[in-house]
Amino acid sequence: MADVNRGNRPLSPFMLGKYYRFQISSLTSILHRITGVAMGGAALLVVWWFLAAATGPAAFARADWVLTSWLGHLVLIGALWALFYHLLNGIRHLVWDAGHGFDLETAARTGKGALIGSAVLTLLTVIIVAMG
Amino acid sequence: MRFLTDRKRAAGLGSAGDGVHHWWQQRVTAVALVPLALLFLFPFARALGSGHEAVLAAYGKPFNAIVAIAFFAAAFAHLRLGLQEVIVDYVSSHGMRAALLVVNTLACWLLGLAGIFAVVLIAL
Ligand code: HEM
Repeated sequence: MADVNRGNRPLSPFMLGKYYRFQISSLTSILHRITGVAMGGAALLVVWWFLAAATGPAAFARADWVLTSWLGHLVLIGALWALFYHLLNGIRHLVWDAGHGFDLETAARTGKGALIGSAVLTLLTVIIVAMG
Repeated sequence: MRFLTDRKRAAGLGSAGDGVHHWWQQRVTAVALVPLALLFLFPFARALGSGHEAVLAAYGKPFNAIVAIAFFAAAFAHLRLGLQEVIVDYVSSHGMRAALLVVNTLACWLLGLAGIFAVVLIAL
């Protein structure tokens, strides 16, 4: 492809604000990145918990106490929302990759769906797990 | 302006040097993670805070153990690819970028293998 403007046009990232009006697609995009990186942090905790369980009762008690503490619950419920949001928005990405859902109206609708859907699924999961 | 024809760019597999490989691997791991994340989630959430014996029993079940292992494998492969993309976006200094990419690869492999090893230890 001939591209006469290669090299001196604004490039992603850092498009928000100056070049790109903030809107729902910007929000869903940056949240996908934030939730992806944040889940990397949560994965660290999860692996630590499994390693502690494999090590023995004392190590497990320590890790399990941290993860089920007040702060631990807060972090894990945050990670749960991150997972549901990233999962729903990830499916949105895969559908785009297949060439569908690109028009503005559909993209805005599926974006809202990922935001609201992730909140609903998080709440449902917390309720289901809390009830045993 | 770079003196590189479009044919050269195509033959060299673009600026990343590996064509669509990274992109495709990220899609494959993403598809795998949809069922795996959901299957991993509920036994894990129930096991949390249920006591050591209960955790050993839960992951002594082959189904839970295999799901956890497959989840760790897919998640850390996907995380490595994802963090690589983030690093390449924000870090432009070549030395720092190369160093962070190496750390990312090693850390993701190490954590993924550690998680898998822990599940195997519990299950056996
Ligand atoms: C649950 C199912 C999941 C699906 C369907 C999914 C889907 C995706 C997709 C399609 C992308 C590429 C987005 C793009 O091209 O901009 C992506 C990026 C990413 N994912 Fe996932 N993912 C899932 C789970 C996870 C998990 C469990 C983690 C962390 C351990 C994770 C971390 C990341 C990161 C760090 C990125 C890079 C974000 C970026 O470049 O902005 N994902 N994911």
